[in-house]
Amino acid sequence: MQRILIIGATSAIAEAAARLFAGRGDALFLAARNSERLQGIAADLSVRGASLVETGEFDARAYDSAPALLHTATERLGGLDAALIAHGTLSDQAACQVSIDRMREEFDINALSVMALCTELANQFEAQGHGVIAVISSVAGDRGRQSNYVYGTAKAAVTAFTSGLRQRLYPKGVRVVTIKPGFVSTPMTAAFKKGALWATPARVAAEIVGAIDGGKAVLYTPWFWRPIMWIIRSVPENVFRRLRL
Amino acid sequence: MSTGVSWGRWPRYEQRISPLTSRFEPLPKAGPMLVFGNGRSYGDVCLNAGGVLLAARGLDRFISFDATSGVLECEAGVLLSEIIGLTLPLGWFPPVTPGTALVTVGGAIANDVHGKNHHRAGSFGHHLLGFTLRRSSGEVLQCAPDEHADWYAATIGGLGLTGMICTARLQMRRVPGEWIGGDSQRFGNLEEFFALAAQSDAAYEYTVAWLDCAATGGKLGRGVFMRGNHLQHEAAPPRGRSLRFPLTPPVSPVTGLSVRAFNSLYFNRPAAQQAHAIWHYQPFLYPLDRLLDWNRLYGPRGFFQYQCVLPNAAATAALPEMLRLIARSRQGSFLVVLKQFGEQPSRGLLSFPRPGVTLALDFPNRGEPTLQLLEMLDAITREAGGAVYPAKDARMSAQSFQQYFPAWTQLKDYIDPMFSSSFWRRVTGGS
Repeated sequence: MQRILIIGATSAIAEAAARLFAGRGDALFLAARNSERLQGIAADLSVRGASLVETGEFDARAYDSAPALLHTATERLGGLDAALIAHGTLSDQAACQVSIDRMREEFDINALSVMALCTELANQFEAQGHGVIAVISSVAGDRGRQSNYVYGTAKAAVTAFTSGLRQRLYPKGVRVVTIKPGFVSTPMTAAFKKGALWATPARVAAEIVGAIDGGKAVLYTPWFWRPIMWIIRSVPENVFRRLRL
Repeated sequence: MSTGVSWGRWPRYEQRISPLTSRFEPLPKAGPMLVFGNGRSYGDVCLNAGGVLLAARGLDRFISFDATSGVLECEAGVLLSEIIGLTLPLGWFPPVTPGTALVTVGGAIANDVHGKNHHRAGSFGHHLLGFTLRRSSGEVLQCAPDEHADWYAATIGGLGLTGMICTARLQMRRVPGEWIGGDSQRFGNLEEFFALAAQSDAAYEYTVAWLDCAATGGKLGRGVFMRGNHLQHEAAPPRGRSLRFPLTPPVSPVTGLSVRAFNSLYFNRPAAQQAHAIWHYQPFLYPLDRLLDWNRLYGPRGFFQYQCVLPNAAATAALPEMLRLIARSRQGSFLVVLKQFGEQPSRGLLSFPRPGVTLALDFPNRGEPTLQLLEMLDAITREAGGAVYPAKDARMSAQSFQQYFPAWTQLKDYIDPMFSSSFWRRVTGGS
């Protein structure tokens, strides 16, 4: 049994992952903004077999409350073995281009809040000598593209931050997993026309759980995003700047 | 499954799809709207041309399950297959299940579905302890046999028109495991079918017959009768993955010739006659669930299913008439099912199940000739005092519907003013 903290627990990918944890009897602490939805998800996870489900209302933008959240979660679960950081917003690129405030808000929620939580978790796990920090970044962070470079920049920060953290914590027995999903068909995208590149939250979640268990450092999910992003990163800037991506 | 397309893949409409993710949120302020579950109804009861479809598969959370009493509470977008996955290891099974487990609980309520145990268990509504109904006004009604009983009756079989079914409480049934034991035997004509049904219904939980719809003359009404009970049995469950029908063939391979050949082979195969059979519940109850998207088999024009119920007294004359008509048309397909319903009155105002015998079969959509044939079948059903199942229908006339379901005028009082469906507008003339 693992004791797992999930932040952004009402997101589709986090909920799908939580069901897999629940199915094997893990103990879970769910954090998100909407406490009514948290209660609904908590009840579901209990029915699905979680040995314990606790919840806490948490707004990731309030960094100051991160230590308190960790403290509560650790206390209620009787310790902490892993954390999955899954909160975030899909930024409105057009709005971010015309408003510094909007741009900063997006960076705040998608990058700084994640880095703050990672910092707290890293210190706690380092002290206890074990633990897994799994963070949902994105393939969008691999290269800035005009269609969503504000979001991409935030995710690039998360990717770089977790890479450094991984090195720092490796000798301490703490693992850091950077998760880079591609297109995921969440309920929010139900109306979109979907091609072969779209994956279900259940599939992505299964790979995330596999990576957390298996000690993978960077997970592209589904796998085909690794070669796709390799190609996108390899295009010379001279050519890239003419593309419409 | 693609959201917004029904199982018969016909008709196709433009609709705005609005996904539901939380049962705590109010309904969108748009209309006319209709909840879409997993798209297993065949025609247009789950469609809303030019309107909004609320995609409800995101409401797939369990709320509670008591392994002592077998009472399950869940959101309405949960599939029966997901319930089975949870409860069967603990010895509980859905009390009533249609021929696919890939239906949502909300869809099962809205169509008051039935299964191979109707003669004993009645329909889905009989096991529904209660549900919550969210209205576009923002009101949430708790409905049960003794609470808002009129809304309870209007919503069971109410075709999703009374509002959004949010959560449901269901009484599951105890089973000893995953297996079903029974037998399978051929019958030569309809008299033999009725005799087998009469003799089996008291002793068997599940009874169903497959019928050779291509047979004529002396072979008319021949088929295979299967019956079974849940059984204690130790064996490894069958392995193998689900297969997906990968594409829609441009021309359907379902033709008069292939249907005759299939039916003849199916009737004459050795497994049709088995004195002691043990089936895993999946192939017994859900023979097609392993073949995902099998409805593509009928090609780009889709298909119709015709399911009617005929009162027993009239059925002895009406059924052979229908079978002769179908055999002569050479339009029928492989999947022909005959089942004796029980006497238990359904709980829903517009429930389909009623005493009599029910016949269900598929027809590839060949346009006008198919529609004409189905209308001729309807003439027989009307004459016999029967009814056609709305969940399977895409074409019955308003006149037929209103004769089959005289309570439709009462349902009108319970329909949410912001809800509607293509089916409802079609069979009530837009009212």
